[in-house]
Amino acid sequence: MEILLAVMVGILYGTGIYMMLRRSMVKLIIGIILLGNGANLLIFLLGRITKGAPPIIPGDAKVFVEAFADPVPQALILTAIVISFGLQSFAIVLVKRAHTVVRTDDLDEMNATDEDS
Amino acid sequence: MRTTIILKTASNYLLPVLLVFSIFILLRGHYLPGGGFVGGLIASIAFILHSFANGLNKTKELLIVHPGFLLPIGLAIAFMSGLAPVVLFDLPFMTGLWSHDPVAILGSVGSALFFDIGVYLVVNGVTLTIIFTISESA
Amino acid sequence: MLTAILTGFLFSIFLVFTGRFFKGKLSILSSLVPLGLFLYFFQFIPAISGGDVIMRSYEWIPSFNVDLGFKLDGLSLLFSLMITGIGFLVFAYTSSYLKGHEYLDRFYGYLASFMGAMLGLVLADNMITLFVFWELTSISSFFLIGFNNTNPASRKSALTALGITGIGGLFLLAGALLLNNMTGTYSISEMLSMSDAIKANEFYFLAVLFIFGAAFTKSAQFPFHFWLPGAMKAPTPVSTYLHSATMVKAGVYLLMRFTPVLGGENIWNTTLIIVGGITMLYSAVHTIFRTDLKGILAYSTISALGILVFLTGLGTQEAFLAAAVFIVVHALYKATLFLVTGIIDHQTHTRDVTRLSGLNKIMLPVGIAGILAAISSAGIPPTIGFVGKELTYEAAFHYESLMIFLMIGIVVTKILLLYAGFVAGIKPFVGKLPEEHTNTKMPGFILWAPPLLLAILGLVFGVAPFLIESALIKPVVTAMGADASEIHLALWHGFNTVFILSLITIGVGTALYFIIKPSRKLEDGIARFDSFAPENLLEAFNSMFVSVSRFWTNFFQNGYLRNYISIIILFLVVLVGYIMIGNTRFTVDYNALSKITVYEITTTLILIAGIFYTVFTDSRLAAVAAMGVVGLSICLIFVFYSAPDLAMTQFSIDTLTVILFVLVLYKLPKYLKLSDYKTRLRDGVLSTIFGLIITTLALEVLSEPVSKEVGDFYAANSYIEAHGKNVVNVILVDFRGADTLIEISVLSIAAVGVFGLMKLRLKMKDRMRYADQSLNKKKK
Repeated sequence: MEILLAVMVGILYGTGIYMMLRRSMVKLIIGIILLGNGANLLIFLLGRITKGAPPIIPGDAKVFVEAFADPVPQALILTAIVISFGLQSFAIVLVKRAHTVVRTDDLDEMNATDEDS
Repeated sequence: MRTTIILKTASNYLLPVLLVFSIFILLRGHYLPGGGFVGGLIASIAFILHSFANGLNKTKELLIVHPGFLLPIGLAIAFMSGLAPVVLFDLPFMTGLWSHDPVAILGSVGSALFFDIGVYLVVNGVTLTIIFTISESA
Repeated sequence: MLTAILTGFLFSIFLVFTGRFFKGKLSILSSLVPLGLFLYFFQFIPAISGGDVIMRSYEWIPSFNVDLGFKLDGLSLLFSLMITGIGFLVFAYTSSYLKGHEYLDRFYGYLASFMGAMLGLVLADNMITLFVFWELTSISSFFLIGFNNTNPASRKSALTALGITGIGGLFLLAGALLLNNMTGTYSISEMLSMSDAIKANEFYFLAVLFIFGAAFTKSAQFPFHFWLPGAMKAPTPVSTYLHSATMVKAGVYLLMRFTPVLGGENIWNTTLIIVGGITMLYSAVHTIFRTDLKGILAYSTISALGILVFLTGLGTQEAFLAAAVFIVVHALYKATLFLVTGIIDHQTHTRDVTRLSGLNKIMLPVGIAGILAAISSAGIPPTIGFVGKELTYEAAFHYESLMIFLMIGIVVTKILLLYAGFVAGIKPFVGKLPEEHTNTKMPGFILWAPPLLLAILGLVFGVAPFLIESALIKPVVTAMGADASEIHLALWHGFNTVFILSLITIGVGTALYFIIKPSRKLEDGIARFDSFAPENLLEAFNSMFVSVSRFWTNFFQNGYLRNYISIIILFLVVLVGYIMIGNTRFTVDYNALSKITVYEITTTLILIAGIFYTVFTDSRLAAVAAMGVVGLSICLIFVFYSAPDLAMTQFSIDTLTVILFVLVLYKLPKYLKLSDYKTRLRDGVLSTIFGLIITTLALEVLSEPVSKEVGDFYAANSYIEAHGKNVVNVILVDFRGADTLIEISVLSIAAVGVFGLMKLRLKMKDRMRYADQSLNKKKK
C-alpha cells in the first residue's frame, strides 16, 4: 500500500504543479489545493502508516500496551488541513476581488506594475 | 432562495442537535477522537446548513452578533488558559493545570480544556466569517 | 575625550530641533562649538610635547574585543587641532558665505557631524572604532558634497565620492579583521609591539594591501583620484574643510599611523613612493590644463596628497619630519586659497581664472591672503612653505637609492604646484580689473578674516618655526616611530644643493607662470584623453553592471507567476534529480509494507480518477465536485490508517471547501483556453518529472529506518503528564499549545483578510484606473 500511496502523492504533486502553471486563476487555486493534499499525504506516509491502531490510549490503561500510529505527523497534518482552508478561502477571495477590479482571468495580464502605468 | 419544506423544517431541528454534537466532540477530544478543531468545524457546518435552509439573515438574527466577534473571544480564552499558570502559580507559560478530582463525564478538568474551547470558538468564528462574507457579496 | 568627539554629533542633533533659530544672525554662534573643542585640544599641547600619550577606553562590545579606545598622541593632536581650528574658521566663514540659505541649519548639522566623525577617526585606537568613524566621515561628506541636491551633477559627484571612499572603508574593515586575526587584538597601540610578528606573518602582504586600499581611496591617490575634483561641486566651505584640510588627509593619517606597525618593509615603502610619485606628478601636470579655480586647487590638492604619501613611503626620519611640516603648510595655504576662491566666487559669481584679474583694487585683504598663500605654496621664504619644501627636498635628496629620479619627480611637481599656487592665489588679484567686475563689492569681515588669519599664520610659523617645532612637529615624528630628539626647524638651512634646487624651482615656476596662461584651449586639449581616465572606465563599468543586473532581474522577476514556478520546479528537479541519479537503490522491502486490500485499491482508483477529472475537465463545477471526491478519498485513507481525528477534520474541511467554491463559483471567471498545445506539453512534462521525483523520494525515505522518539515521548507522557488519552489532541492543546495558539491567530488573520477584501470597497477612482489599465493592456 505504501507504494500506491507514494504514487498518489506523486500524482497529486505533479497535477498540482501542472494546474499552477496554467494561466487561469481558478486553476491556480485548484492547483494549490491539490498540492496541499499531496503534502499532507506525504507527511502522513513518511510518518509510517499503521493499520487499526489509532494513537488513543485504550480505556483503563495509562500508557500504550500495543503498537500505535505515530501521533506527531497526525497533529501536524491536522493543523495543516485547517490552515489550508484559511489559505484557500483567502486565495479564492483574492482571485474574486482581482477579477472584479481588473476584469481578467489571465494571470499574465495581472503583472502590470506601477512603472508600467 | 428556494428551499424545500423538508430541509427547512429539518434544519430547525438539526441546528441544536448538531451544536450539541459539536460540543460533545469538543469535550471528549481529550480522550477520544475529536477536539476543538473538529468541534468548531461541525458547529459552523450546522450554522451554514441553517443558513442554506432559512436564508443568511435568519441565521444572523439567530447569532445576534457577527461571528467575527468569536475570534477575539476565542483567542483571549486560549491565551488566558496559557497565561493562567504564569499569573496564578508562577509557572512557565502554558503549563498544564489540573483539578484534583475528576469531574463526571469530562474526566479531569484542566487548562487544556479551556484552551480547546478557545480553539473551538476561533475555528467556528473563522469559518463562519469567511463563508458569510463570501455568500453575502457573492 | 568621548564627550569631545560626540560634541559634533550632539550639536547636529541639537540643530534638528533648534535649527530654525540658527538660520539667521545667530548662525555664527555655531562656530563656538569647534572653537571650544580647539581650546580643549590646545590644552593638551604641553603634555603631548612632553612625550605623554593619553589613552581613554570605554567598554563597547567586550565579547568581540571591541571597545571605544581613543589615543591622543602627537599625530592625533596635530590632526585634532587642524580639524577643530580650521573647523572654527570654516564654521564662521559659512555663516556669511551661505547667509540666508534655506537649509543653513542642515548644512551646519552635516558639518558638525563630519567634524565629530573626523575627530573620532584621528583619535581612535581601536580598529573597529576607526572603521566606524571612517565610514561616518564618508557618509557625512556624502551629504555635504551633495548639499545642492537639486543639481544632478552634484548628486552624481556625491555618489561617486561615497562609492569610492565607501569601498575604501570596506578595505579598512577587511584589514582590521585580518590584523585582528594575526594579532588577536583590535588595538593599534598593542599592534605596535607586535610589529615584527605581523611582518613575518604570511598574510602581511594582504594586510598591507587592505590598508593601502583604504588610504588610497580616501586620500584620492592615483587611480582613485577622480572623485576629488568631482567633489568640488560642494559649496566652497566644504571643499576647504573636507577636501583640502581634513578628510582627504585621513588616508595619509592612516598610512602614518600604520607606518610603525606595517612600515619598513620593501613592499610598503616602494608602493607608497611609486603611487605617491605618480599621483603628485600626474595631478600637478593636470593643474596647467584647468581654468576653474577650484579645479586647479583640487588637482594641486591631490598632488600635495601624493607628496605626503611619497614622503611617508620614503620612511626616513627626515621624510617624516618633512611630511609633518608639510601637513601644516598645506593645511594653512590650501585652506586659505579655497576660502579666497570662495570669496571670489561669492562676489563675482565666476571661478573662471581667465576672466579674473585686478581684484586687489576691490578686496585688498583677500588679495593679501591669496598672495601670501601663493607664496607659501611656492615655498618662497620667509613663509612656512619654504621650510616645508626644503625639508621635502632634503628627504628625497638623502634617500639611499634612485635619488636622482626622486629628485626630478619632486622638483617638477613643486615647480608645477608653484605655478598652480600663483594662478590661484596671485593671478586674480594683480593686473587690470576687467569691466565686468567693476561693480563687485568688498566682502564682509567674516568672509575675509579667516583666510587672512590662516595666511598670516603661515608667515608667522615661517619666520618663527620654533613655535610649532616641539609643540606639534616633534611628537608627530615620534608617533611615526622615528627619533625626534635631533630635530631643529629653521628657516635658513645654509647654502647647499637643496637651496640651489629651491632657487631653480622658484625661478622656473615663476617663469612658467608668465609663459603659460590658463586658457580654454588647454582645457579642451586634455579633454580628448578623458575616455582613458579611470573615472570614465569606472562609469563604463557601472553602466555595464546596471544593464547586466537589469537583464538579470527582468529575466527572473518578469511578473509571470508560472515562470517563477517553472524556474523553481526546474531547479528542484535538476538539483534533486542530479543527486538521486546513482544514489537511488530502488529496493523495496515488500514484507515490511502493509497489505493491500480491495477497499484500498478502490479508494486509490477513485482518488486518481478524481484528480485527473479535476485537472482535465472543462467545467468548473465538475472540477469542484471532483475535488470534493479527492478530499473524501483522502479522508478514507486517513480512516484506514488509524487517523480518526484527521478523517473527521478532512471531512469537515472538504465539505466547507466545496461549499465555498460553489458559493463563489459563478462569480468567478470562466476557464479560458489560454495556452497552446506546446505549452501544455512542456508543463506536462515538467510536472510529470516532478511527480516522479516526489514518488521516488518518498519511496527512498520509506526504505530508511524511522525514528519515533518524539511520538513515543508524547505517547508515554500523554496520560501521565497531561491527563489526556487522545495523543493527537493532547499534542495540539497541551504539548505544542503555543504553536496552536499561533495557528489560530493566523486563521483569525485570514478571516479578517477575507472580510476586509470583500467588504471594503476600493474608491471609484482607483477602480476606474485599474480598469483602464487592463483595457489598455488588452488593446496592445
